[in-house]
Amino acid sequence: MDPESLTRIDDNCWKIEPRGRMRVPAMVFADRALLAAMDEKVREQLCNVACLPGIVEAAYAMPDAHWGYGFPIGGVAAFDPEEGGVVSAGGVGFDISCGVRTMLTGLRREDIEPVKDRLADALFATVPAGLGRHGEIRLSDRELEAMLAGGAVWAVARGWGRPEDLERIEEGGRAAGADPEAVSFRARERQRAEMGTLGSGNHYLEVQEVAEIADEETARGYGLLRGEVVVTIHCGSRGLGHQIGTEFLREMVVAASAAGIALPDRELACAPVRSAVGQRYLGAMRAAINCALANRQIIGHLARQVFERFFPGRPLRLLYDVSHNTCKEERHPVGDRRLDLFVHRKGATRALPPGDPALPEALRPFGQPVLIGGSMGTGSWILAGTRPDGPRAFASAIHGAGRALSRHQARKRWRGEEIVARLAREGVLVRSVSMRGVAEEAPDAYKDIDAVVNAAHRAGLARKVARLRPLIVIKG
Amino acid sequence: MLTTLERNRAREGFELFPHEADIGLRGWGPSMEKAFEEIALALTSAITDPRHVEPREPVSIRCEATDDQLLLVDWLNALIYEMATLRMLFSRFTVHIEDGVLQATAWGEPLDTERHAPAVEPKGATFTGLRVEKERDGRWLAQCVVDV
Repeated sequence: MDPESLTRIDDNCWKIEPRGRMRVPAMVFADRALLAAMDEKVREQLCNVACLPGIVEAAYAMPDAHWGYGFPIGGVAAFDPEEGGVVSAGGVGFDISCGVRTMLTGLRREDIEPVKDRLADALFATVPAGLGRHGEIRLSDRELEAMLAGGAVWAVARGWGRPEDLERIEEGGRAAGADPEAVSFRARERQRAEMGTLGSGNHYLEVQEVAEIADEETARGYGLLRGEVVVTIHCGSRGLGHQIGTEFLREMVVAASAAGIALPDRELACAPVRSAVGQRYLGAMRAAINCALANRQIIGHLARQVFERFFPGRPLRLLYDVSHNTCKEERHPVGDRRLDLFVHRKGATRALPPGDPALPEALRPFGQPVLIGGSMGTGSWILAGTRPDGPRAFASAIHGAGRALSRHQARKRWRGEEIVARLAREGVLVRSVSMRGVAEEAPDAYKDIDAVVNAAHRAGLARKVARLRPLIVIKG
Repeated sequence: MLTTLERNRAREGFELFPHEADIGLRGWGPSMEKAFEEIALALTSAITDPRHVEPREPVSIRCEATDDQLLLVDWLNALIYEMATLRMLFSRFTVHIEDGVLQATAWGEPLDTERHAPAVEPKGATFTGLRVEKERDGRWLAQCVVDV
């Protein structure tokens, strides 16, 4: 994107004035270099989102935005049902409630090093990763139903985890308003053997070292100490979410034309919030959120069991669990009013400010932990929600580094075996079923995580707390 | 001078094309049916080399849609669903299309994690870059971006 073609608000915020059928402007949070590197397609998709009925304020792109389908990945848009606002399956994505959870081990890197190889093997053997690898869990129809309604609350009640985990998960571990009835037979079938699995692509489980602290006070409040080790899990709602996304994307293509919504592009398929399809999608999507929360809760429990074998009596504590592919009903100030909006975050993380009543007491003074997944070589970040001077994309922040090269380009450039060997020399152990998958996820196929995080920090979307460096990577 | 094999390859074939976050699939052939068969091979090739998948067991697939593009989305989604629930990969396809109804057989084998070393897991077909059309040279093209 040519920065000269946008209106510069400040060094980290750029505006595209509404034109044609755009109802609101589009805003991009990025520094000049990140903006210049963004594909023109991001602008096109963002401007298309700004055309949708009931959109409020602006269509936003985060510093890690890249070209998706319908909405850009790293896109945020909120819709007012009072103004005919819509809900969009393409605005959430197929991997509904994909997200990140970070757990504190209280161990130091020196504790891990002597057992690192065995620990990597044990985690790889215990947490099923990659296409076709399944765990021991098979859900009956009744249990599946209970899981869709109960999320991580269901998982804890069935023995996967501890009750105190729940307050460290968005919405207490359970999305309200889930409607299991709206989840199709095919979506259920795709999930039957998938509980407690990581999946593939960019999903992972990492053992990481806290390498750098940017905000001492908040890091202490979060329980992060330099040199200590955390476990981070990145995955979503697995086959169930993918099938729900697939089915509703198609249904909304048809529904949009029936509702008289002229789509700038077919892939922007959406339906009014106040329509039968819209309501069914919201019910099914919330059930998929619960599926993702339950899934990460189970994987967290499996990781805890492995650590318990190596380090008895030192249980992993959950720092936080946050999703980055969702649509949530939230109240936000818009002008001089407070509106109930349907906020779509596709590849964007909710980032509640300090003092927000939705945060558990221990985290409230610091703001919500915003967990950012990087690439397997370069590291990850933990940020904190901040109270900006003005409204900043409905309290949203980045979700990851974002790809710089396509899988195709990455595969042509690197070999998985070479990447695994190079990372091993740097002290990062990689376990994966697919060397081609490793090549496609090569560290250099991603944007510079530090540049993206710095832009988010300077734009006031979230503030830097700690940088994490991988020690063990379990790759799907 | 082209060999017969190369001429066939030019007439029908498949490829992956780059998309920033996902994978683009393209198949072509002398008929729409053939293009649909070829793009199904492209889908398998996003996961593993189709030459390593034995076409042992047949699976029947039927879909119905009001236009060719929707039919392509439904066809790919049906394959993704069968791969996920049967835990299979496919490497041979026959497709028959009449009046918006697609009837197909996909042959494949159970996924073997070690032998196939699957690179990605397709989640679903998107409406991005979606094309089903007859090109000027008479070949049919089927194209779709799949979320992985």
